[in-house]
Amino acid sequence: MALPGLGDGVAEALLSVRNLRKRYGALQVTDGVNLEVTAGSIHAVIGPNGAGKTTLIHQIFGSVRPDAGGILLAGHDITHLAPHRRARLGLARSFQITSVLPEFSVLENVALAVQGTQGSSFRFLRAAGREAALNGPAVVALEQVGLAARAASLAGALSHGEKRQLELAMALAAQPKLMLLDEPLAGAGPEEAARLVELLRMLRLHCAILLVEHDMDAVFRLADVISVLAQGRVIATGSPDSIRNDVAVRAAYLGEDF
Amino acid sequence: MKQQGVRVPLAIFAVLALVPVLRAAGVPMGGFVPLLLERVMVFGLAAMSLDFILGIGGLISFGHAAPLAIGAYAVAICNEAGISEAAIVVPCAMAAAGVFAFCTGAVALRTRGVNFIMITLAFAQMVYFATASLSDYGGDDGYTLYSRTQVLGHDWLGTKSFYVAALITLFAAWLLLRVIGASRFGRALAAVRQNRVRAQALGFAAFGIELVAIVIAAMLCAVAGVLLANEAEFVSPAYASWARSGDMMVMVILGGVGSLHGAIIGAFVVVMAEEGLGRLTQHWPLIYGPALILAVLFLRHGIAGIGGRRG
Repeated sequence: MALPGLGDGVAEALLSVRNLRKRYGALQVTDGVNLEVTAGSIHAVIGPNGAGKTTLIHQIFGSVRPDAGGILLAGHDITHLAPHRRARLGLARSFQITSVLPEFSVLENVALAVQGTQGSSFRFLRAAGREAALNGPAVVALEQVGLAARAASLAGALSHGEKRQLELAMALAAQPKLMLLDEPLAGAGPEEAARLVELLRMLRLHCAILLVEHDMDAVFRLADVISVLAQGRVIATGSPDSIRNDVAVRAAYLGEDF
Repeated sequence: MKQQGVRVPLAIFAVLALVPVLRAAGVPMGGFVPLLLERVMVFGLAAMSLDFILGIGGLISFGHAAPLAIGAYAVAICNEAGISEAAIVVPCAMAAAGVFAFCTGAVALRTRGVNFIMITLAFAQMVYFATASLSDYGGDDGYTLYSRTQVLGHDWLGTKSFYVAALITLFAAWLLLRVIGASRFGRALAAVRQNRVRAQALGFAAFGIELVAIVIAAMLCAVAGVLLANEAEFVSPAYASWARSGDMMVMVILGGVGSLHGAIIGAFVVVMAEEGLGRLTQHWPLIYGPALILAVLFLRHGIAGIGGRRG
């Protein structure tokens, strides 16, 4: 591992996954995974289909309970916290299938994300649509991803790429410490993918990113650190260069053409 | 939540307000018209409270007759204890329905989909059999209310002014639910309906939000129950029957899910259908049933959605 500061205790990990285990019947999906994401970095998790990437993301996010092991977010033990509590501690997630709220306008979607982090939903009388405390940060986030012009459109009417942008705006508006992205480029055309990669670069100025992605070009261009998952285990972690040249990784996953 | 226009609902309230004025001015109408409209308003209020959780929250409760009956029985039980002041009866009714909704809702919300429908139905049936076994309050035969509830010592729920009292209550409830629907809470509730997992990922406590919505709806429905007991001057276990829950659902779906005022339209259609078709033939459900199916097939946003937004 060529990360500066790691090991001498200077850069404490933002997210630290410790010896995580999850079994579905006879299948050990997560087999003692250790993972550290440092603040401000983009950390990609790659691996062949069925390696346990999505299950790992689900466990970090809280929608799947691990059998053993622990997860720490900025020093808090979040292993047994409900998803919405993790979200309030600074964990944001975008989904493999885009999941903006189709009946809300673009602005309402982002304002909702702002409201979610404020943890203040039991207010019954004031009209949320007119609250500057919600709309202000929402507009800023929309401008950052270049979607401000469509603020009034229904989210359900957006194109696929625009929905991805909206997802990112929602994640940004929540001002997370760490964003979990499950295949953010899935289903995007080459042009859209290029634009999204730029957005992700911009995003990293705001928070650390843990990313699962199949688009190897994008992964090797974006990531600071790559972890390779195979059969529920991390078989290698390191910089893109060291991963590219790792013999075990080539054998397990990348194939001869890399 | 997209706020819908206020013109149609305000027109509905205007028409409802005009009826007693016209009658006082001597416009000929059967004495049964205001009586039927009183029923429409009472059930409209109950159905509107259901629309709040069904339309905004997506919680398909098949047990909304339970808070209605609890409200009605609060009147009977208070009356038997010598209390007929609304300032006591209404809070009692709302508190009882709220506690019931909190306890049953906390269990029911652990399920989704068809299971949620069935478990809410089961809880309402429990209320049905519980009320049927209240021998002090007439048991199966029900309880006749010989004097109506007083409001701050006034006879505002009496036959002469019941219409106006029901209209004011209905309007206030509509206003309240509309305001809540547009609030942070309403937005969170609508978000949980659209995508529960996503809403949780954004930091929303879906379970708590839905539970509070159910309690609010039940408390409002209990007010409708108090009105119903006074309107009919009678309280019976039939108020808690599954058929009542079904009627309320039909009102909401027919009127237009999520529109709030659609519930009043739906209540109007259902009350009129029972009354009108009932005069034509005793087999009126044979007409009512297919008409309902056609309405669901061809009016996706209910009657309130005609000529308005298209989905």
